[in-house]
Amino acid sequence: MIEIDAITKRYDGRPVVNDVSLVVEPHALTVIVGTSGSGKTTLLRMINRLVEPSAGTIRIDGKDNQSLPPHVLRRGIGYVIQGHGLFPHRTVGQNIATVPMLCGWDRTRIARRVDELLTLFQLDPAQFRDRYPDQLSGGQKQRVGVARALAAKPNILLMDEPFGALDPVIRGKAQMDLVAIQKQFGTTIVLVTHDMEEAIQLGDRIAVMDDGNLLQYAAPAEILASPATEFVETLIGTGDRPFRYLSLSALDGIVEAGMADGEPLPVTASRRDALAELLWSGRTALPVTGTDGTVLGRVTRETLLRLAERPV
Amino acid sequence: MRRWIPLAVRLAVLVLLVAFVAMPQWFAPVFRPLTENGAPPIYNHGSLLVLTLLHLRTVVIATVAATLVSVGLAILVTRPAGREFLPLSRSLVNIGQTFPPVAVLALAVPAFGFGETPTLIALFLYGLLPIFENALTGLTTLPESVMEAARGAGMTEFQRLTRVELPLAFPVILAGIRLSVVISLATATIGSTVAARTLGEVIIAGLLSNNLAFVLQGGLIVGGLAVLIYDGFTSIERLADKRIGRTNTGD
Repeated sequence: MIEIDAITKRYDGRPVVNDVSLVVEPHALTVIVGTSGSGKTTLLRMINRLVEPSAGTIRIDGKDNQSLPPHVLRRGIGYVIQGHGLFPHRTVGQNIATVPMLCGWDRTRIARRVDELLTLFQLDPAQFRDRYPDQLSGGQKQRVGVARALAAKPNILLMDEPFGALDPVIRGKAQMDLVAIQKQFGTTIVLVTHDMEEAIQLGDRIAVMDDGNLLQYAAPAEILASPATEFVETLIGTGDRPFRYLSLSALDGIVEAGMADGEPLPVTASRRDALAELLWSGRTALPVTGTDGTVLGRVTRETLLRLAERPV
Repeated sequence: MRRWIPLAVRLAVLVLLVAFVAMPQWFAPVFRPLTENGAPPIYNHGSLLVLTLLHLRTVVIATVAATLVSVGLAILVTRPAGREFLPLSRSLVNIGQTFPPVAVLALAVPAFGFGETPTLIALFLYGLLPIFENALTGLTTLPESVMEAARGAGMTEFQRLTRVELPLAFPVILAGIRLSVVISLATATIGSTVAARTLGEVIIAGLLSNNLAFVLQGGLIVGGLAVLIYDGFTSIERLADKRIGRTNTGD
């Protein structure tokens, strides 16, 4: 748990982050979203003290983050930045081993951990361990960047626009990988982005910032249903709102008995995907299959359209 | 262009240089047309090999000292605590460069006497600037995201310097050392005016006795050394550049 308590950062007297308080839930993915200059990155960087606050405190699992020397604090917190920041003079393996080396792990344990992480990120250790970063594609660099941040098994992972430099296809895959890893290890992730779509898709909770102030801190559904200010509403983009709202949940819970024709969708598909499929194929209902492939029932267009309405 | 040609040229220069320094008499027929009145075609006041080695020694000592001081100074003024000394150190190093080596010799002889010391001082001062400026460039133009990652990973300031900054700045620093060495190789010859034992002796002897062959021999050896050392440094730089992925522009 990260407790941010009345934190303020001023540069030359001008507040960049202004009296922000929020509690980041453990084992959840929290997204800080805002335009450039909103103070979102500064807020993130105050957690691992790359920026020192002007006022206020940040507690990590109840402990003031000022109680450790900054470099020791940072070794316990994973950090991923836009443009990956891999060390160009070190191999992929050495890059991933950075923090374990600093923590003084023994050689065999580090080697085992490097291979484990490469495998986790679908990079064959034998093939990639000894490559240099400039021999990797953009998506591979990004994965190595995340692997490096996770190497010493931190409880907390801070990510500053981690997908910003990726093209849309790779970005989608990288986002899904991140969510899977978060679920698997229960890491507490704080992710900064300017992209509300990304925030809604990934976040368990979303903090919206503008001009140094925290405007709203809530679950995605609530942000969509009742945006706190006009600015939050603009950021969501009213045109896509019903679809974004539908994208938050999967099909389980709205499957009804009955038959339908045509291609089925798995029950894990999002409601948005189901509606899109129905509209595109001109059907009024489609069959839904369980994880084992058996047909559970159907989902109708009516149901989905009703669910897309603004909740009251 | 065939790839072996540059290599063959380098090898030929090296072989010629070594052969000439070790066995100068072999080359007497080549230089005889340049002499008049039966003057000796090959330098005969001492061994060219010994002079060449002494010349190199002077240059190496001066360059190593200049490297240590310049890089040390560049590291110092790029730390947060030393940043305010940047303008001061820049002007100091610039003065070293603008002060003519001859003037340094003239000033140093009364203090240290004739011999190698005044030459070392002149070469040291003259060699500071290129290394300092390059080290400064190397240490201040590191990729922002890499430095950020190093801080975020929890490296101390010293670990960042030794594990990230210096390795990444190494090729640029090396280029500065290369410039400094080549300048020193040429400048060291004037040290012989104050009795330092360098290849300048050969040139000065030629000028005094109006023997063009001597002048040419001294000049050719210094030139050959400069070309080969310059070349060697360039190859190491290219290798180091490749190591840190600077040859690849795609990212």
